[in-house]
Amino acid sequence: MADTALRTASATDADATSAPQGAPDGASAARTVRSPRTARGGDSGSRPRHRSRLRNVLRHWQLYVLLAPTLLYFLVFKYWPMYGVQIAFRDYTPAGGFTQSPWVGLEHFERFFSSYQFGTIVSNTLLLAIVNLAFLFPIPIIMALLVNQLAQGRTRRFVQNVLYAPTFISTVVVVGILFILLSPRAGLVNNAIVLFGGEPIFFMGSAEWFRPVYVASSVWQEAGFNMVVYLAALAGIDPALHDAAKVDGASRLRRIRHIDLPGIAPVISVLFILAVGNLLNIGFEKALLMQTDLNVAASQLVQTYTYQVGLQQAQFSYAAAIGLFNSLLNLALLLTFNQVARRARTSSVW
Amino acid sequence: MTTQLDRPITARRGRDLRRRLADPLFSAATMAILGLALVAVIYPLYFIVIASISEPARVYEGQVWFWPVDVTFDGYARLLADPTVWRGLANSVVYTGLATAVSVALVVSAGYVLSRRDLPGRRTLTFLLVVTLFFDGGIIPRFLVVRDLGLLDTVGAMILPGAVAVWNVIVARTFFESNLPDELREAAQMDGASDFRFFFRVALPLSKPLIALMIVIHLVWNWNGFFDALIYLNNPDLYPLQLVLRNILVQSDLSGSANMSGDLQSYEAAQRLAELLKYAAIVFATIPLMLMVPFLQRFFTQGALIGAVKS
Repeated sequence: MADTALRTASATDADATSAPQGAPDGASAARTVRSPRTARGGDSGSRPRHRSRLRNVLRHWQLYVLLAPTLLYFLVFKYWPMYGVQIAFRDYTPAGGFTQSPWVGLEHFERFFSSYQFGTIVSNTLLLAIVNLAFLFPIPIIMALLVNQLAQGRTRRFVQNVLYAPTFISTVVVVGILFILLSPRAGLVNNAIVLFGGEPIFFMGSAEWFRPVYVASSVWQEAGFNMVVYLAALAGIDPALHDAAKVDGASRLRRIRHIDLPGIAPVISVLFILAVGNLLNIGFEKALLMQTDLNVAASQLVQTYTYQVGLQQAQFSYAAAIGLFNSLLNLALLLTFNQVARRARTSSVW
Repeated sequence: MTTQLDRPITARRGRDLRRRLADPLFSAATMAILGLALVAVIYPLYFIVIASISEPARVYEGQVWFWPVDVTFDGYARLLADPTVWRGLANSVVYTGLATAVSVALVVSAGYVLSRRDLPGRRTLTFLLVVTLFFDGGIIPRFLVVRDLGLLDTVGAMILPGAVAVWNVIVARTFFESNLPDELREAAQMDGASDFRFFFRVALPLSKPLIALMIVIHLVWNWNGFFDALIYLNNPDLYPLQLVLRNILVQSDLSGSANMSGDLQSYEAAQRLAELLKYAAIVFATIPLMLMVPFLQRFFTQGALIGAVKS
């Protein structure tokens, strides 16, 4: 099985590599656009004549063979679906597939934009993503700065490990924990509320509690992971800076503000761009798990709706249109924020 | 005159005092915040453990806070008597093992190749991969591709569609770029080593930390993932543990314990036992991973460092 996979892989490898190298039309245009960059980067073999270029490619055939399976993966599971996105503009039929189903233009988009749920779904998605980011982004930074104050040793390792531990708990289990602890009849939280004389709250069955519960549990589950990334960045700060500041009489708070924070600023900005780029993707699985008939007014997101319409009701084209809308929204956000980060002269993703 | 002299001195004294106080105060605040965070993370997990071995009625009445009350192992007995749990566990072991092996092989080899500065077309190929970070076809076209390939309800659906994450390829590439000097390769080439030979004999043995990190990342991901199983698998016999857990925990589909014969009282008892089963299921699914945290965390810290090199 592996053998045949390898053979088919090397066949496509030849196509994939000869196209950008040999084909004179689209590839050469791309090359002229990029030529100043390649010249600066010193990419070998960007200038020489056609034949030596081909020889150069052939000499590296073993590298292409090593890359081929991954490339094949991307062609099949990333680019083929991209090509298949055209069913958003068609009426998908199993017989017609991606390319032969009847063309209907923007019909599905119009249907989605004019549906009564459109406003709610889009605002639910954006609101949840933004509120989630607003809490989940700064908290790991604060936690890392605080943990970084602890001296190296057993205590610090313990604190780090505990805060980090929920990263390894699956989303299914986290949501299971939520359902149990927040149960209206006998959940831990409601028992505590009753103990202090309050009225039990039906957390998982009310739209207004959906977002707070979602965000709080995200922080619980995920903050530790990013904290470790920031801690690694903090460990890279030259201790001499701290010593010098201490001699000058700077308090801990001052050193955090003027040494630690600037030291991890590049990491912060890269993670921020990535977080924004994934703004609309993150946590959809959790929303799907947390969704109940009673909280659907707040928990219905673009992606959960795509899942329901597409995979449960098999309206492939309509769902693909909604999914495409989501991808484009995501792309727009990412490009915008990358531009903003670039303007701010911090590092950008590319 | 005196007031003029006085003021700066008291001001300085005040600043000194503030400076001397700031650090202890700051330390105390740090300890308090971290302490609260620790409790917030630990207590829910601890509660679930003690609730899982307490008499369900006591949990229900809210009498379980710090210690288990009227210890019972009924929840675990029920859980472990459920064949779907064991089948899910076995499926998860198989899927996780295979998927991790495939992913790590693809990610490490691709990362190595893309780290080679002398590779013709390196920019174009990297670009091809990175594009997919910014745009993707969405779940519906992907589902249709998987279906058209005949992968629905097969082990392949649990391994192939999510085999490579671009981000990991970039991490691997960065690792090779900063850990394998070009001179090393040139020397090997002088000695007549082919690219294959260099990759398998030199690059791979030198990339043990990277490989370990990738194995750990993929093990955790694959073990915890449920969404691919949800959309690509219809046959309950193929369900991984997470999907079985979802049915127990979220959908309250308690195959074993849902015999609701008899009066209301025994129905309530069955309901409570069902809750107990949920606690037990959470402990069953979580404890093994929790025990590995100190070990796993080292890898992820390393990974954060490998990843941070780029930025």
